[in-house]
Amino acid sequence: MYATSYHRASSVEEAVQLRSAHEEGKYLSGGMTLISTMKQRLAAPSDLVDLRHIPALRGISIEGRRVKIGAATPHADVAASRELRALCPAICDLASHIGDPHVRQMGTIGGSIANNDPAADYPAGLLGLGATIVTDRRSISADDFFVGLFETALEEEEMVTAVTFEAPEKAGYAKFNNPASRFAMTGVFVAKTVSGVRVAVTGAGSDGVFRHPGFEQALTSSWSADALANVSVDPSSLLSDLHANAEYRANLVKVMAKRAVAAAG
Amino acid sequence: MGVEGIGARVTRKEDKRFLTGKGRYTDDMTVPGMKYAYFVRSPHAHAKIVNIDLSAAKSMPGVIDVLDGKELQADGIGNLICGWMIHSKDGSPMKMGAWRPLAVDTVRYVGDAIAIVVADTSGEARDAAEAVVIDYEVLPAVADVTAAMRAGAPQLHPEAPGNLIFDWQIGDPDAADRAIASAAHVTEIDIVNNRLSPNPMEPRATLGIYDSAEDHYTCYTTSQNPHVARLVMSAFYNVAPENKLRVIAPDVGGGFGSKIYIYPEEIVCLWASKKTNVPVKWTSDRTEAFLTDAHGRDHISKVRMAFDADHRITALKVDTIANLGAYMSLFSSAVPTYLYATLLSGQYAIPTIHANVRTVYTNTVPVDAYRGAGRPEATYLLERTIETAARELGLSPAELRRKNFIRSFPYQTPVIMNYDAGNYEASLDAAMQAADWNGFAARRSGSEARGKKRGIGMSCYIEACGIAPSAAVGSLGAGVGLWESAEVRVNAVGTIEVLTGSHSHGQGHETTFAQLVAGRLGVPIESINIVHGDTDKVQMGMGTYGSRSGAVGMSAIVKALDKVEAKAKKIAAHLMEASEEDIVIENGELKVAGTDKAVPWFQVALASYTAHNLPSGMEPGLKETAFYDPSNFTFPAGCYIAEVEVDPETGETDIIQFVAADDFGNIINPLIVEGQVHGGLAQGIGQALLEAVHYDENGQLLTASFMDYAMPRADDLPSFKLSHQNTPCPSNPLGIKGCGEAGAIGSPPALINAITDAIGTNRLTMPATSMKVWQAIHAAH
Repeated sequence: MYATSYHRASSVEEAVQLRSAHEEGKYLSGGMTLISTMKQRLAAPSDLVDLRHIPALRGISIEGRRVKIGAATPHADVAASRELRALCPAICDLASHIGDPHVRQMGTIGGSIANNDPAADYPAGLLGLGATIVTDRRSISADDFFVGLFETALEEEEMVTAVTFEAPEKAGYAKFNNPASRFAMTGVFVAKTVSGVRVAVTGAGSDGVFRHPGFEQALTSSWSADALANVSVDPSSLLSDLHANAEYRANLVKVMAKRAVAAAG
Repeated sequence: MGVEGIGARVTRKEDKRFLTGKGRYTDDMTVPGMKYAYFVRSPHAHAKIVNIDLSAAKSMPGVIDVLDGKELQADGIGNLICGWMIHSKDGSPMKMGAWRPLAVDTVRYVGDAIAIVVADTSGEARDAAEAVVIDYEVLPAVADVTAAMRAGAPQLHPEAPGNLIFDWQIGDPDAADRAIASAAHVTEIDIVNNRLSPNPMEPRATLGIYDSAEDHYTCYTTSQNPHVARLVMSAFYNVAPENKLRVIAPDVGGGFGSKIYIYPEEIVCLWASKKTNVPVKWTSDRTEAFLTDAHGRDHISKVRMAFDADHRITALKVDTIANLGAYMSLFSSAVPTYLYATLLSGQYAIPTIHANVRTVYTNTVPVDAYRGAGRPEATYLLERTIETAARELGLSPAELRRKNFIRSFPYQTPVIMNYDAGNYEASLDAAMQAADWNGFAARRSGSEARGKKRGIGMSCYIEACGIAPSAAVGSLGAGVGLWESAEVRVNAVGTIEVLTGSHSHGQGHETTFAQLVAGRLGVPIESINIVHGDTDKVQMGMGTYGSRSGAVGMSAIVKALDKVEAKAKKIAAHLMEASEEDIVIENGELKVAGTDKAVPWFQVALASYTAHNLPSGMEPGLKETAFYDPSNFTFPAGCYIAEVEVDPETGETDIIQFVAADDFGNIINPLIVEGQVHGGLAQGIGQALLEAVHYDENGQLLTASFMDYAMPRADDLPSFKLSHQNTPCPSNPLGIKGCGEAGAIGSPPALINAITDAIGTNRLTMPATSMKVWQAIHAAH
């Protein structure tokens, strides 16, 4: 790791100020990717502005069926929230299988989606739920937020402060682990939301998380795993690597989608 | 025998230290004035070094010095060597290309060391390493062993045309051909044994300390055999004569073979310590470990097994190509030859065996012994082949094996080994019973009803351990003898230190070796200390690998103990005015048999040192040394059964049960043996299902971190069902065979046999990842 300066912000305003004061700085919200990248000297921010200790960014609040999760809320808190589980168990289950216990204690939902790793779980969850990503300056729909591999709609120095969504009628997530990293080699989140059926796929797309319109249509006509039987998955836009080529991933997308529907009930 | 003697489930004495973070590993060693090293390594798999410019790096903050291979060479430091001479079948010696500790003109794999930076902190050393400017002329590279053998392939060493190191054979090729030609059935199969990265928990590290006043070097290092390290560094690398070089291998966090060898870093840090006049410490990071620790396996083979009409094996013919990487590592030549082809008879009476082995250079990290070393390759090949034969012949896999088992001992195989004892059917029966083999059909139906494919597979392995009779291995090309030494020092108050040339890096020697002494003398285990890993304390030793520490290292302790007991009996007889022949040692006392006369152990020890009243002419003191050279290898064997359920939708394999029935001979500590088997099984299952080193076509390592190299984790593994069939080994005084490698040797074929049974196709290579299994299912239907 190259030398860097660490700042612990105590408010959103202070964090934004610190970040804008350091052109080569970065927000740190768990650091589960950033720190190891820095250790390998593949990233060298001059300053780190830690967001995990800003009280306003932590915690889950629920009003009716409206859910708001603070950006610095660790995965473990999402996994353990009884109130959230009562409304949307799928997102709690998703959080409970991210990384390992250490990662779940340190990693945060805001950090995860701002990084937008193509194999991360939360992008599928939020895209599948049709969530809204709230930043220090605006709100962005999940459909607009996740742009590509490690790429989001966030502007330089823009900070995620929360995610919000309307609890779905039903939702389920099924993931097939990469055998080495245990990231999602393919993860599919399905949801019957107020605005319709949504199916989001992570770990498989060569351009990051994506929705699958064919699955959405099939599930809109009939909410059952069998409804997906004759819907094809095009491997041409899928990732190919050591552990899974595009054809195998296409198969996994379908199998995980069926299992997600079964899990959603 | 006390409760802590041989056979007792004594918890490990060393665990308190390890489990409370009090272990002392090489990286924990800190000495005054110590500085940190970072190695500049090649980013190219194959390149000429046109120019090295160290000037900018030398002026970086905190830098003591930056040194390269030209200076190392000018100081007379020698090249790394392979210590086992193999001759090709045409009589020519193996073609060993030069491996310089720091590359001078050519780099041959990604990670090849080029220069060392010594600085105040490891961060500064790394910063300065980035400022070293090297001009390369990049050359075509070849990582794949088949491609390396083709005409026109990039050539690694001028000494080895065609990248061929040796073309060796064992057995009679014509007899094998004749038997195959006249066989009732011939099974042919291609076998690939996947390349593995050893990944011990502790990465390699070394601390070189030069004392200019004494012109003396101390080397702390993560070694499985510190004496061999000292010998090789003195005799071949001209670091220092043996009396001026102390090598200490303190607590070592796992080796699996990868810490047997001498690597460039030890030599260079010692040399750099003298050049800079400061102690120099280097600790590998995990990616550096993937890039530079010797890899294991990497064989491809063509196999033919011939049967007569009665289904007896009449011949085995094997053609193997082994990838040895960019340079010949210390024992690399022995692994695919005498540690591999000599085990190709397995547990079976095979009248004719011929194996041809070609070893090849590629632009990859050197390949050497890894847990099992040659024997997993032999076992996988044989057990996949016989399983395939059983399927082709429509026979039960157990019956075909049973029919061909060796049943009378000693048994001379056609490939050198002489099996001294064994009872293969006992392990087979025990394993089949434990696995409820006969109930499998019903369980398979249950799986089918749930849409799953269930399979069962077995593997009957044999290995040669207790390495090795010195004269025998010497005649086969080994550069060293493979005996072991021990010294038993009884202190004046009766406590005991045992100095051993074995080295414990996870095996629990501090417990098992102490059990041997506690059991013999009837003294508390706490009164015994095991001393190892320091060339200034232990005079000489050959270290720990090849499951040799029990069979060879403990046998040396037995010999030394015999001498200590003989002298103690003389003293006791003198003190009690009894006949020496009547003295027995029991429960910490020396007794006159059949009487109530006794002297406590500590009194005899004290008498030996006060020397007030010793038998006439006896020297004072109670300390004896012994060297034990084994008369034969030992032959652990067993039967493993895996039962799996495959999800046809994803290709995922779930191990429903894994049974290991091992015959290790007599067992010192069942708890430790079980731990060794568990660890070996985890590594074998890792090889079968998960682990593989991948290079791209340019020789870049694709699996350089745990993000891409899949290690087995606890939830990948079932609870193991273990049992032991104890046929004592007649070749050593304790009747023990060795247990460290069996799990890794026997398990891969059992799993692949089970998975191929489940999915109904034999076309499957390791690691059988979910993708490969899914593809195999789809290709077959």
